[in-house]
Amino acid sequence: MSTSVGPMGNQHKILVVDDDAALAEMLQIVLRQEGFDTEWCATGDQALSAFLQYQPSLVLLDVMLPRIDGIRVCRQIRELSGIPIIMLTARTDTTDVVRGLEEGADDYVSKPFKTKELIARIRTRLRANVPPETPAPESLRIGDLEVSTLSHQVSRDGKPINLTPLEFDLLVALAKRPKQVLTREALLEEVWGYRHAADTRLVNVHVQRLRSKVEHDPEHPEIVVTVRGVGYRAGEQAAGDD
Amino acid sequence: MSGRPPRWYVTLARLVRAVWGSSLPLRVIIMTMVASIFVLLLGGFVYLNQAKNDLVEAKKQASVVEARGALYRMQNQLDDTDLASDSLLERLGQLASEVGSQPSQFSVMIETAASSYMSRGLQSDSVPDELREALAADVEGVYVTLTQVRYTDGTAEPAVVVGGHLFAPSGQAFPVYFIFPAGTEQQTLYMLHRDLVSTGVLLMICLGVISYVIAREITKPLRTTGEVAGRIAAGDLDQRMEVKGTDELASLATSMNNMAGELQHQIGRLEDLSRVQQQFVSDVSHELRTPLTTMRMATEVLHESLDSFSPQLARSVELLHDQEERFESMLGDLLEISRFDAGAADLTTDDIDLGDLVEAEMHAQQAMAAAVGSELVLHRTGPCVVEADARRVQRIVRNLLSNAISHGEHRQITLTVAGDLRAVALTVRDYGVGFEPEQADQVFRRFWRADQSRNRIVGGTGLGLAISLEDARLHNGWLEAWGRPGEGAQFRLTLPRNQQIVLGSSPLPLEPTGRELVAGQPGTPSHQDGIQP
Repeated sequence: MSTSVGPMGNQHKILVVDDDAALAEMLQIVLRQEGFDTEWCATGDQALSAFLQYQPSLVLLDVMLPRIDGIRVCRQIRELSGIPIIMLTARTDTTDVVRGLEEGADDYVSKPFKTKELIARIRTRLRANVPPETPAPESLRIGDLEVSTLSHQVSRDGKPINLTPLEFDLLVALAKRPKQVLTREALLEEVWGYRHAADTRLVNVHVQRLRSKVEHDPEHPEIVVTVRGVGYRAGEQAAGDD
Repeated sequence: MSGRPPRWYVTLARLVRAVWGSSLPLRVIIMTMVASIFVLLLGGFVYLNQAKNDLVEAKKQASVVEARGALYRMQNQLDDTDLASDSLLERLGQLASEVGSQPSQFSVMIETAASSYMSRGLQSDSVPDELREALAADVEGVYVTLTQVRYTDGTAEPAVVVGGHLFAPSGQAFPVYFIFPAGTEQQTLYMLHRDLVSTGVLLMICLGVISYVIAREITKPLRTTGEVAGRIAAGDLDQRMEVKGTDELASLATSMNNMAGELQHQIGRLEDLSRVQQQFVSDVSHELRTPLTTMRMATEVLHESLDSFSPQLARSVELLHDQEERFESMLGDLLEISRFDAGAADLTTDDIDLGDLVEAEMHAQQAMAAAVGSELVLHRTGPCVVEADARRVQRIVRNLLSNAISHGEHRQITLTVAGDLRAVALTVRDYGVGFEPEQADQVFRRFWRADQSRNRIVGGTGLGLAISLEDARLHNGWLEAWGRPGEGAQFRLTLPRNQQIVLGSSPLPLEPTGRELVAGQPGTPSHQDGIQP
């Protein structure tokens, strides 16, 4: 049995929030087999306290939960933390998925999923803590932002901006290649780890969330610029910043 | 000579019937006009007849009174004269001219055996023979009748003639006729006639206008009703009619509104039922996903330890694994069908080349075809670009192909792609078991199987063709089947080049042609770009 280890040498902890006891147990068996430490929470209203108590490094969150649904739980956790949240959804219907992503979920997996697929999604999200395959420069500039890949910090005029790891990855992916247009598919592969074409709404929604944090005016983005029909590119560096 | 009416007559009759049937107000006007012409003619005739009789009767009576007076005076004058027979005749002639020349409006004629004495200008045949005979039979009486008075200048006019006798002192009787011309009365009749006709024409015009106004007034609510009914039929169930007053039209509007309400209620009920049912299918599919996920994860854990299991156990795990996958695809298909049923399926179109898409799908299913020994052959000519939803078209092609592979009896499968200006088409031909011609529609039914006992080579869900049909319909396209037992089957997909085009024909025939049959014979070398298994 392998062990998934975090940066401090301790095991990665995963909180499973699902009202289906059998699935939760099965998930825990599989995750423990993969070397994760797990904890289970069955209802939406207990999810937040379980999160605070357990301090997980990733949350697997079912959308359909009793009392408080997964989308609201997602919002509650996002208010406190940027840790990766992967939604488990039995509905591939557009509205549910998009609402979850808009509330800050990093990724989603539709039931029924394959174990390997889920593990791959989890590992991609926890990858922020392992050395990247192509190391990025320690410091990057995008627009008038300063991005430090070492300290995982983004700042404007010395003031730090709080981003989730996923949003940070997205920003770095663009900042690494200034002037180059990245397709949504390329971003899906680099940031989310999808090998095959997947749901490009993931990119759209998270670009929106990222813009709302880093842009001066999210309606007229200057840092993450949309290239119609192609994808996104990093905005021009602000004049005089060089 | 045949009894058939000439062509122009038939055309005219058809035209008249078409015009007649085209407008209710027109019919009302025509019927009103025809009926009133009839009534006016009848009324006019009766009225004129009555007037004429009254006039004639009055004239007769007046004439008789005047004639009696004149006769009495003539008799007195004759009695006062003492004469020989020669001078009697002379006296009679004198009397005739005296009375006739008086300003009274009549002429006189006295007849003797030898000659007639009459007022100037009068012709003797103005007196009808019937009157003469009647007078001859009754010497005492005074008779009156109508006649046509003729003058020596050739003119004539209607007149009343009154006949009586003058008696000579000798006792000899002489017929005397008083002729009263009735020109004035005839003039009056003419005037009456003229007035009647002009009044009639005026009346007709008025009736026409009135009937038009009434017909319009009555058909207006009918037209409104028709429009409202049309809108209801078009799906706008909230449409209602305005109810004014309590007349028949109001009751029509009320009935119409009740009907619409009932219709709306019933349709609403059916919609609710169907929504509940569709929601149920959708919920079931979703609810089953969570336990299925657990089962699959458990199976995968087992699968990883497959090597350490006994052969039976290992095979069991494999079966479990395969059937879970099949179960999953069935759930997916069920969900897809419930989306179609709910009308929630939408089209995301792109320009795609049907030939390329078919070729890609052939490659994807090559292994499956090879496993059952079927050769896949593709005929395609040039690009066949169509505005369509790639995912859905791909699903149709995949379903048709896997259907052909599983029912193709290990024989060749021929695919043909063609296009014309308006549409592109794909046919998938197999030479397998086929089906009865009347089953061509049933093959698209959900969970339909030609033969219950047939073993399934490829684990289908039973919904593939049903979904494909819905996918084709969503594109305003066609998906049809042709089959003969023992000869195989052919499926044809026809898609319009773009969504604005309404399909009228397909670039490919639904029934296989001989060329394909030859190509399908086992062992015949194919010159097309076939893919060898």
